[in-house]
Amino acid sequence: MTVTIESVRQRAESDAKSRGHYLNPDPKFLQDLLEGLKTNEDRYGYPSCPCRPATGVFEQDRDIICPCDYRDPDVAEYGACYCSLYVNKAVYDAGKPIPIPERRPAEKMFPELAPKPAEAKTTAPTSQPTGRKLWYCKQCGYVVFLEDAPYICPICKAKKEFFAEVRLEIQQKTS
Amino acid sequence: MPVTKVEGTKNTHRVFLYTLSTCGWCKRTKELLEEKDVSYEYIDVDVLKAEERKAAIEDLHKRNAPLGFPIIIIDDKELISGYQPEKILGALEL
Repeated sequence: MTVTIESVRQRAESDAKSRGHYLNPDPKFLQDLLEGLKTNEDRYGYPSCPCRPATGVFEQDRDIICPCDYRDPDVAEYGACYCSLYVNKAVYDAGKPIPIPERRPAEKMFPELAPKPAEAKTTAPTSQPTGRKLWYCKQCGYVVFLEDAPYICPICKAKKEFFAEVRLEIQQKTS
Repeated sequence: MPVTKVEGTKNTHRVFLYTLSTCGWCKRTKELLEEKDVSYEYIDVDVLKAEERKAAIEDLHKRNAPLGFPIIIIDDKELISGYQPEKILGALEL
């Protein structure tokens, strides 16, 4: 399927609606962001955030594929996401979003600057426990292995609160 | 690196931007400068070739730039991060 501004707009609109967010109230700003998303989708094959530098490597850009992992906490805390595509009602009504701080961890921004894996190994042994747990989405059953529950279910878009930790217990039958 | 130059009548300061071609805040910043008729140069980091991108990122790193776009560098010393109209115009004495 070819990507058009209209298809990008429709996806953003339906996503905003399903999560109770609004799109940027400034028509020109919104148009610029939708064009940016389309450009990135044409360029990389996925709509990475127009306001962050993508590497083109899916695994490295995964967290900034729109809607990014940081959108929901940013809209909750600042009333807008980093690029201000998604805003809350108050910001929408005010009509003029303002920039917000970057929530994405610095080391993810430019993997080019990160130490090579071989150098990193000496300071951070890979055998340490990860602290990751199994989380499952109570709405659709999606299961993921992470430190903390995802901000949003990638399958059914349920909120973080819908995730519960999976604990496995083995009980011996006594009767 | 491919630097784009935008001519304006106000050119008392050298204004240089690192931007992304897709970024809304970068566009707002460029518009602000054009509205104020300020000469400036910019590099869209997202359209650079791999080795140019690396050089740009290393330059940003050397300048201790925060990791966000746009980065506005005035007279090769003062650095402003993000779309901050008042700060930018203040630094340009406008």
